Amino acid sequence: MLGILSGGVYALMASGLTLVFGVLEIINVAQGILVILGAYLSFWLEQRFHIDLFLGLLITIPAMFVLGVFIDWAIIRRLKWDRTTLSILVTFAIAIVIEGALEFLFTTNLVSLHAWYIDKSIMVPFINFYMPLIYIYAFILSVVLLGGLYLLVYRTTFGRCLRASIQNRTAASLIGINVPQVQALTFGLGTALAAAGGMVYGATNAFNPASSYDLISRLLVIIVLGGMGSLWGALVGSLIMIIISDVVILAFDPIWASTVFFVFLVILLVFRPQGLFGRLEGRKQ
Amino acid sequence: MNPAKIFRRLRPLAVVALIAFVAIFPVSIAPNDAVNTIAVFTLIGAIAVVGWNIFSGYTGYISLGHSVFYGFGAYTLGLASLDWHIPGGWEPFLLLPLAGLVAGVFALPLGWIALRTRRHTFVVITIAWVFIFQLLAYNLRGITGGSNGVFMPLTPWVAPYTDLPFYYVAFAVLLVATFLSWWIRHSKFGLGLLAIRDDEDRALGLGVKTNAFKLIAYVISAVFVGMAGAIFTYYVGSVYPELGFNPAFDITTALMAFLGGLGTVVGPLLGALLVTPLQQWLDLQFGGQGVNLMIYGALFLVTILMLPRGIVPSFQERWRAWTTARKTRLSSSARAMNQDQTAVLVERKGKG
Repeated sequence: MLGILSGGVYALMASGLTLVFGVLEIINVAQGILVILGAYLSFWLEQRFHIDLFLGLLITIPAMFVLGVFIDWAIIRRLKWDRTTLSILVTFAIAIVIEGALEFLFTTNLVSLHAWYIDKSIMVPFINFYMPLIYIYAFILSVVLLGGLYLLVYRTTFGRCLRASIQNRTAASLIGINVPQVQALTFGLGTALAAAGGMVYGATNAFNPASSYDLISRLLVIIVLGGMGSLWGALVGSLIMIIISDVVILAFDPIWASTVFFVFLVILLVFRPQGLFGRLEGRKQ
Repeated sequence: MNPAKIFRRLRPLAVVALIAFVAIFPVSIAPNDAVNTIAVFTLIGAIAVVGWNIFSGYTGYISLGHSVFYGFGAYTLGLASLDWHIPGGWEPFLLLPLAGLVAGVFALPLGWIALRTRRHTFVVITIAWVFIFQLLAYNLRGITGGSNGVFMPLTPWVAPYTDLPFYYVAFAVLLVATFLSWWIRHSKFGLGLLAIRDDEDRALGLGVKTNAFKLIAYVISAVFVGMAGAIFTYYVGSVYPELGFNPAFDITTALMAFLGGLGTVVGPLLGALLVTPLQQWLDLQFGGQGVNLMIYGALFLVTILMLPRGIVPSFQERWRAWTTARKTRLSSSARAMNQDQTAVLVERKGKG
């Protein structure tokens, strides 16, 4: 149960990653550290200025959005040759720089976020189960943000431009869509989602800068499972990951949870290399 | 004589000189423990990156999961010498081929599954391998010793000579790896791999057995990475899951190859020569407080943005541009001279 609620958070972070992949055709390895950066930003605002975590999102989300647009403008856009391959290295370099900066500022000690709703549990009606309030709040936040994302992508002009750029970048620019601008905004959007995901991650887990490795491996696996570039895939992939690990933890042994999920991924890929909702990678010229 | 020709004649001589230099380096030029340690790490890194390049460089499939084979090599050497009670000394080095073999055998199914996908998805699956096997190494305590890891036998060598055996063994393996890489690059097999990199569907259409070629290259590269892992473990003295199956290793390897020049023979060597000492120096200089990571990442970023193709291909391009420019300059000045002479003749005729 807790798992399904926190699955929404993974869906948030993974949808940022998959959108960026779809539009920019880059694999953003820095997404993991950006989530951690979001968590540290919330931590810092809370410790220094005593700003509530959810109110702090009003500051961290725009700040991270600007950071994302800046990263795209300063670095990603400069890659002209063999984008996809170089992007992995470039975003990893960005991740290393951010990780170094976070280690320098906050050290490698594990920290966690604090607020009254993290420590307080309530009795959930119908299922008779005590549950920390944060899980419910976080789930509501994820649903609201994912719903907003859905509306943005499927019901606005920007969303139409975005989907056009995913389908065919050249054709999109030929019909007058400013593809570089869409790319910058998408990267900003992905980073902003990382900020929200980071706050919830920080509220439900203890973290340090090295947590990003575990996080990015999970996120990458989720989007491969769902099919790269597909929003639905990110959502379903997160749910499958959470459900599998919960079942294994309950029925078997916690240490095998991730392994079973990875094995599931491998078996799926043997039969369906493009993932659940992905398009088959055809010839690209 | 034109400079390209001189360069080509000098090449074998330069190779021999380089090998001789590396061979006498630890005994004559820098008989210094700190420098020798860095030199051993550099050679081990070079074996790994040359091996990695045989697959990823030539086929263009970027694997970020070769640390799995590094780990297999490392654990094979550790467990074999533990189980068979092999004393420290030269004997564990005899197990290197076994370590390579085990890595190669495991590479067959892993490569088969991963190579069902292409480009981006392939990269992500190889990343998944690392985490799967890191978890397995933690969890299969009966075999791997869990998070404590496996300890290697102590070496009997004394102070000034502790690094030398590792240095020369690594150097020998590196020579074999580089020779094989060079040979593949100039063989029909290598041509097939490069064709896969440039356009896989067209290569398939032209009759290149792309699946078999990719898998063979994957296995060969796994063998060398496995041996590098084995030497590394014996040198460091122990292996534990995070050291054997280390995502940072994959990125560092890829960085070395990209910096030097992906898919060239010399590029990976050059990359290893630049990156490993830099990393060691940054660690020594700034310690583990994050500053070393920031500088390392920033340098890495600048390098990729400035030299996206790596040092060797960029300089080859410059060199080619320079020689053609020189050639055209020569021929155009010759033509100009001819024109002058004709002009003089015309003038004379006019006068006469």
